[in-house]
Amino acid sequence: MNLETRNKINDDLLRPVLHTSPWFYVIIAVLGGIILAGLGSWMYQMSHGLVVAGIKWPVYWAFYITNFVFWIGISHAGTLISAILRLVNATWRRPVTRCAEVITVFALMIGAMFPIIHLGRPWLAFYLMPYPSERGIWPNFRSPLVWDFFAISTYLTGSTLFLFLPAIPDFALMRDRTNGLRKRIYGALALGWQGTTKQWHRLESAMQIMAIAIVPVAISVHTIVSFDFSMAPVPMWHSTVFGPYFVAGAIFSGIAALIVAMAVLRRLLHLEEYLHPVHFHNLGKLLLTMSLLWGYFTFVERLTVWYGNSPSEMAVFWETQTGSYAPLFWTMVFCNFVIPLPLLSIRRLRTITGTVVASSLIVVGMWLERFLIIVPSLATKNLPYSWGFYRPQPVEIMITIATFAAMAFLYVLFSKFVPIISIWELKVGGHPRPVLTPQEEEEAQELWRVRP
Amino acid sequence: MTHRWGMAIDLDRCTGCEACVTACRAENNVPTAGPDQAARGRAIHWIRVERYYEGEFPDVRVKFRPVLCQQCDAAPCEPVCPTYASHHTEEGLNAQVYNRCIGTRYCANACPYNVRFFDFANPVWDKPLNLQLNPDVSVREVGVMEKCTFCVQRINEGKTRAKSESREVKDGEITPACAQACPTTAIVFGDLNDPESEVSRLSRSPRGSKLLEDLGTKPKITYLR
Repeated sequence: MNLETRNKINDDLLRPVLHTSPWFYVIIAVLGGIILAGLGSWMYQMSHGLVVAGIKWPVYWAFYITNFVFWIGISHAGTLISAILRLVNATWRRPVTRCAEVITVFALMIGAMFPIIHLGRPWLAFYLMPYPSERGIWPNFRSPLVWDFFAISTYLTGSTLFLFLPAIPDFALMRDRTNGLRKRIYGALALGWQGTTKQWHRLESAMQIMAIAIVPVAISVHTIVSFDFSMAPVPMWHSTVFGPYFVAGAIFSGIAALIVAMAVLRRLLHLEEYLHPVHFHNLGKLLLTMSLLWGYFTFVERLTVWYGNSPSEMAVFWETQTGSYAPLFWTMVFCNFVIPLPLLSIRRLRTITGTVVASSLIVVGMWLERFLIIVPSLATKNLPYSWGFYRPQPVEIMITIATFAAMAFLYVLFSKFVPIISIWELKVGGHPRPVLTPQEEEEAQELWRVRP
Repeated sequence: MTHRWGMAIDLDRCTGCEACVTACRAENNVPTAGPDQAARGRAIHWIRVERYYEGEFPDVRVKFRPVLCQQCDAAPCEPVCPTYASHHTEEGLNAQVYNRCIGTRYCANACPYNVRFFDFANPVWDKPLNLQLNPDVSVREVGVMEKCTFCVQRINEGKTRAKSESREVKDGEITPACAQACPTTAIVFGDLNDPESEVSRLSRSPRGSKLLEDLGTKPKITYLR
């Protein structure tokens, strides 16, 4: 790679960090306002009690737990995808990895807020931690909620490391390109990176170890989230398929979120030369695989319940297939399966627009999926006398909207302070050109079996 | 001898008068929700009388079933609580420790009987109900779960009285509010470890069954029909 290309990569990818457009402030202000409204709603809820939320007897979990499962699911975008792509050495991953890893960290932070937001007494959330108490009381290690605490904190630590490690050389680059306070901060983050062979060697080993370690962690996290439901004797919760079903759904929604985020970045930060149609094309194929897997799991889950024909489960089953929740259920099937399938399987439609449309629908569909797992079962439990119906209230809706704003807010801030595309990895892999040379195209055909 | 408290409810004797519901509310400082909040599913009933209708009009039969915490031996609410707020006492009661409860409401979801209730707001009693609060029962603050305790304050009082008189607790000496208020004595409470007690005798009856027995929760309440 020649010096010219290197400089071009530096200039293009450092531009969003070093130069601020007025739009940045507008976006930050709008998103910040929505987040403040969400925080205000939470304060209102804390001062009045959950009486202002829509939850009721017997539907004690609804929007907040839906958001919890949804965001923890989204967090599987990143680390898992980027780890797998690293491990199989897929070279097209290079511009994608960091966008994905950031989603993981922020989605986890947002998701982990919800078990606290939904508590009756959020100020006592620390009871979940095994802290040394003078009364000698430990958390109940039999409770899936305690498993959640450990799983999520492990995953958050791991994915933060996984985001941080490959960013070290870029921090060093920024340290060398900035002055004053910024230089000192980037210098501290660069951990004294000088780019020696020994340092590169250690970084590669550390990243390899993290990539291997993070995959089982990610899978266990969403399995444990599914255990919150499958460990309880509630109709249609108590299911062996929930572990893999949740993990598949998580990766599914994660890839969808990644595609949407990439499309936005590409447009806003003018990264057209780095995020090519081929990336959307390849991720679209992954998304197609996950859509088929999701459809398979949903079908299998429903079919076994139907054949099992247990009265309490059939009540929930019909409630979702033809009853009060049927409109939501069939919307979900359309969003997650029926519409994405042609969009993602026909090569002509698997363009940037096509994948983004499919992904947006899938994000909505997967949110509905989480809702439809939680609410109908609780509303239609064993004793018909205690059946109920849930309607969300403004507080819950506002907090839900605020989390999407929070995700965008954190993402915008991150891309302001750290190059959102890994600069050194691009340099290692060579500057990807929008039009590949015939020879490269042949290689690409052979490697990925796709046309750019 | 340790006790194992249990209950037998004779559905043939139940008239659905809801005296048990009222008595329980008065005894246990159960907060009132008001009509609006009750309509939105915020009412708390430690015991409720479920009504099920059989047959088509005009040939309709109503079945009443008082449902309260079944004090399960294998209670689904206990393992899921992250803070041990819901736990099993030595006497087999499902105790709820309000101070440990952080309000995850997981216990209520796991409970197949839906007899666990969440305090959506701080409790209020319209005048003059505020003048009749029971000093033996703690008032629950916002954000915790509550449910039937088998009137544990009465159990403790009975045990203390028996101990002070250096004797065993007699059968029928301890009565929860619901059983005391029942005009047809449909509800019988006692010690299941005493084979001679009334409740043990009724629990062995061939008319007896447990609610949702096939879930394996091992309830300590036997319904007779």
